[in-house]
Amino acid sequence: MSKKIFSGPFLLFIICGTIVPLGVITFYGITDRSGAFTLENITAITTGEHMEALLLALGLALISTVICLVIAFPLGLILKDSKLGKKGFMVFIFILPMWMNFLLRTMAWQVLLERNGIINQVLGLIGLPDLNIINTPTAVVLGMVYDYLPFMILPIYNALIKIDKNVIEAAYDLGAGYRQVLQKIIIPLSVPGIVSGVTMVFVPSLTTFAVSNMLGGGKVNLIGNIIEQEFTASSNWNLGAGLSLVMMIFIVISMAFIEKFDRNGEGNII
Amino acid sequence: MKKTFKGIYLAIIILFLYMPIVTLMVLSFNEGKTMNAWVGFSLKWYKEMFENRIIMEALTNTLTIAFWAATVATIVGVTACIGLNAMKEKHRSVFMGLNNIPLLNADIVTGISLMLSFLLFGISLNYGTVLFAHITFCIPYVILSVMPKFRQLENHTYEAALDLGASPAYAFFKVVLPDIMPGIISGFLLSFTMSVDDFVITHFTRGVGINTISTLIYSQVRVGIRPTLYALSTIIFVAVLIVLIIVNVISNKKEETRHEKN
Repeated sequence: MSKKIFSGPFLLFIICGTIVPLGVITFYGITDRSGAFTLENITAITTGEHMEALLLALGLALISTVICLVIAFPLGLILKDSKLGKKGFMVFIFILPMWMNFLLRTMAWQVLLERNGIINQVLGLIGLPDLNIINTPTAVVLGMVYDYLPFMILPIYNALIKIDKNVIEAAYDLGAGYRQVLQKIIIPLSVPGIVSGVTMVFVPSLTTFAVSNMLGGGKVNLIGNIIEQEFTASSNWNLGAGLSLVMMIFIVISMAFIEKFDRNGEGNII
Repeated sequence: MKKTFKGIYLAIIILFLYMPIVTLMVLSFNEGKTMNAWVGFSLKWYKEMFENRIIMEALTNTLTIAFWAATVATIVGVTACIGLNAMKEKHRSVFMGLNNIPLLNADIVTGISLMLSFLLFGISLNYGTVLFAHITFCIPYVILSVMPKFRQLENHTYEAALDLGASPAYAFFKVVLPDIMPGIISGFLLSFTMSVDDFVITHFTRGVGINTISTLIYSQVRVGIRPTLYALSTIIFVAVLIVLIIVNVISNKKEETRHEKN
C-alpha cells in the first residue's frame, strides 16, 4: 500500500471545500434565476452604482495599503536595529493586536470616533474643534489601517531580519552612506516581505464589508457591501456571484503579482 | 536625537494600536451605561455578561468550533503531508498550489461559494456547515506549518527503525512524530486562532440562530453596542495575552535547552 493514500482526506476537502464551491459560484455567476446562461451578472459591474463601489473599494484599499507600508517599513527598520530590552518582546507588542478579534477592534474605533465619543470629548477639553469622521471614507481607511497594520509589519520585519549584516557592513566599508545602503541594499532585499505585506493588506481591504459597514454607518458602500447585500437584503444570488467573480479577477491579479516578486516564498508570514 | 525620534515613533504606533483596546477595557468597568461619562467603578457588566445566555452560547460555539476545526484540520493536514511526501515533485506542487487557494482567496468569496454549494446540494446551514467551512480554511495553515518539518526530516532514522523491526506505524509514532511535533503544534494553534478570529466565512455559512462571537458583535453593532461587549473584549484580550505569553515562554525555554545541548 502506497503512502500516497494518506492524502485522501485532504483531497476530499480540497474537492468538496474549494474546487466544487468555486465551480458553483462560477455557475451562479454566469446564469440567471431560471438557470439560463447569461453574462449580465458580470457586466453588471459597469453600471453606475457597482462601478462606483468597485472604484471606491480599490481607492480606499490602495490608500490603506500605502499608509500601512509607510508606517510599517520604518517600524521594521527600528525593530531590526533596536536594542530595547528583548527584541522578541518589542515585536510581540506590535503583533499582539492581530490576535484579537478584528470586529472587537473595529468596534473599539466606532466607540472612539462617535460624535460624542472619547476622542471628541478629549478634543473638547483641550479646546480643539470636533473630529467628525465617523461614517465617512476617512473612518473606513482608519479602520482598515488599524485592522491590517500587523499583517504588514510581520512580513516586512521577517524580511528585514533575514538580511545578512555583513552585506550592510560591506556597503558601509565601501563608502556608502545610510541613504545608499537603504536604497541599494535594504529595500531591494526586503521586496519579498513588502510584496507579501501589500497583498495581505490589499486583498482584505478591497473585499471587506464589515469595516465599511461598522465605521461607514451604511454611507460608505464598497464592492464587498454590494455583494453582501445581494445575499442578505436583496437576495439576488446570481448577481452577487457574478460580482464576486469580478472581484476574484482582482485577487488573481494580486496573486500573479506576488508570484512574480516572491518566487522563493521568503516573505511568507508563517 | 535620532534615538529620541525612534522612541517617539514607536510610542505613537503603540498608542495607536492600544488606545482603542485600553479604552474598551476602562469602559468595561464603568458603572454608567453611556460611554460619555465615568460614573464609578463597577463589575456589573461582567456579571450581566456571564448571565447573558446569547453571549455565553456564542462564546461556547466559538470555542468548540475552533477546537474541532483545529483538531480535524491538524489530523487531515498531517496525514496529507505524509501522502504528499510520497508523491513525485510534480504532483506535489499541484497539490500545494491547490492548498494555497483558500489562503489567498478573499474570505467573502470563500464564504459565498461554500454557502451556495451547501444550499445547492440541499444541505441546510447549521453548526455543521460552519464547522466544515472552518476545517476547510484551517487545513492549509496546518500543511504550511508541518510541511517544512517533513522536508527537514532525516529519512535514515525512519528506515533504521524499520530495519530494526519496527512496524511502519510504530516507527512513525516513535521516530517521525516527535520531529514534526513543533510544526503540528503551531499548525494547531494557528488554525485555532484563525477559526476564533473568522467573521466573514462564518457570516455566510451559519444557520439562523447560530452565533459566534464575531457574528454576535456584528449584529449587536447594528442595534447599538452595550457595555457587556466591552467586558467581553476585555476578557478576550486578557485571555489572548495570557495564552501568547505562555506559548512564548515555553518556546523560549525550548530554544534555550536546545542551545545548551548543542
